[in-house]
Amino acid sequence: MKAKGTVFKYGDNVDTDVIIPARYLNVSEPSELASHCMEDIDTEFVKKVKKGDIIIADKNFGCGSSREHAPIAIKASGVSCVIAETFARIFYRNAINIGLPIIECPEASAGIGAGDEVEVDFDSGMIYNRTRGTQFKGQAFPEFMQKIITAGGLINYINSQN
Amino acid sequence: MGMTMTQKILAAHAGLPEVKAGQLIEADLDLVLGNDITSPVAIREMENKMTKQTVFDKDKIALVLDHFVPNKDIKSAQQCKCVREFACRHEITNYFDVGEMGIEHALLPEKGLTVAGDVIIGADSHTCTYGALGAFSTGVGSTDMAAGMATGKAWFKVPSAIKFVLTGKPAEWISGKDIILHIIGKIGVDGALYKSMEFVGDGIAYLSMDDRFTIANMAIEAGGKNGIFPVDEKAAAYMKEHSKREFTVYEADPDAEYEQVITVDLSTLKPTVSFPHLPENTRTIDEVGDIKIDQVVIGSCTNGRMEDLRIAAGLLKGRKVAKGVRTIVIPATQKIYLQAIEEGLVQIFVEAGAVVSTPTCGPCLGGYMGILAEGERCVSTTNRNFVGRMGHVTSEIYLASPAVAAASAVTGRISCPCEL
Repeated sequence: MKAKGTVFKYGDNVDTDVIIPARYLNVSEPSELASHCMEDIDTEFVKKVKKGDIIIADKNFGCGSSREHAPIAIKASGVSCVIAETFARIFYRNAINIGLPIIECPEASAGIGAGDEVEVDFDSGMIYNRTRGTQFKGQAFPEFMQKIITAGGLINYINSQN
Repeated sequence: MGMTMTQKILAAHAGLPEVKAGQLIEADLDLVLGNDITSPVAIREMENKMTKQTVFDKDKIALVLDHFVPNKDIKSAQQCKCVREFACRHEITNYFDVGEMGIEHALLPEKGLTVAGDVIIGADSHTCTYGALGAFSTGVGSTDMAAGMATGKAWFKVPSAIKFVLTGKPAEWISGKDIILHIIGKIGVDGALYKSMEFVGDGIAYLSMDDRFTIANMAIEAGGKNGIFPVDEKAAAYMKEHSKREFTVYEADPDAEYEQVITVDLSTLKPTVSFPHLPENTRTIDEVGDIKIDQVVIGSCTNGRMEDLRIAAGLLKGRKVAKGVRTIVIPATQKIYLQAIEEGLVQIFVEAGAVVSTPTCGPCLGGYMGILAEGERCVSTTNRNFVGRMGHVTSEIYLASPAVAAASAVTGRISCPCEL
């Protein structure tokens, strides 16, 4: 599996309140959530994001509320992958459980800028910055998590076990 | 190598003699929790995608409508309707709707649904609150909740731990809130990322159960997987008073491994305030400066308990809130609300010029009941001060204890209770 797109770049501690503000949590339809994705820190995101684009952030991405609406909004907005130095643990779990690809890679987070064209190979964990001609190796998932990801999320994985 | 308290609970629930940090396990769940925001997503996942359409145990699921109820708009009403119908269809024993509900993390311990030794997941990040009772509890998302409701199990990566040794007796006006804000200020909002925060030490004896709930509640604000306290006489007495369930006490092994040991001398702490826009931006009250405020919120799963209201009322008694400072008091449960009436606290609040609301998470997450306009400042006993959390993106939240919040309501600027 591969992803390719333009990078949106954010800093440390992007919390789930800015990914999808609670004033929109009275709904749970993915497309409606996507229409407000990131709006409290980046009003341009929704206007500019294209299918396949990639979010890159520094440490503790997705901290705060457990709202799964956050990875759902990101996924439904067309983002193919989130790369960060580190992820907050509930966001990390949620992303795996709903099948939003995420990669922890401090080097990529430091070496890729907003607007860069990036390609990700999920099988090898390689991240290629096509704009700058650099490459980075993301951290591999433990086998168990890989199974959930391959199944397309936790529910599919559980269904396949029974 | 020995195990931490958290590791022992997880090992027992995974049917393993021992577990190690980093190990992936599947554990049996004693309780699966959801609210009116997260449950509809879980219900949809379960009903639309899962092969298994029945719940694992109707007595071990708690559904609490607390975020946007009584419903603030039609869309929230639809979400609650979805949860209500699910609860009815599956005969969920611990379903709490308006009239019975309270803020989930104050309500469940009060109802005796969470006890020492439990493994609890909740689709709400502050599920870590029950560590105050010696349980392993942690926040998850809606898909984990759906899987938990159907199977009674969840996967976990066994966490490593940081040990916090709390020593000494806290001074006047120092509460659990000041202690946890101090700790978050010290280690940062990701200082305990993926880890357990295990609290030990002789200082714990001076902390009420309400203090401990506040501390465990905000473990997530340091990135922690859970926060946990040993079970002492006070915790045992609380559980015996509130629960009919047997509880199991786990203790960390003497040779348990900790990544870090941090000692906090409670006697040296000062009232502490978190400045916008991260809980780690802490300052002691003498470093705050002159910050004028527009609103005060006293409530939430962090600080809406009986002791919090008593402290606030003690400061507001015979005083008036400053002109222009909207002061909103939110008892966390119906039981707390009633007791506040019986003790005369509600009268004190109203006479001081505060409003008293039905239990709700409301303003804490910018839902309703106290949304901030452009540039407004609020002193709040809640748990997060992120950008836009309580309203407009330029509004500011200052996190503090009920004592500091009440004192600030009176003076109209962030104040030490000792000033009154």
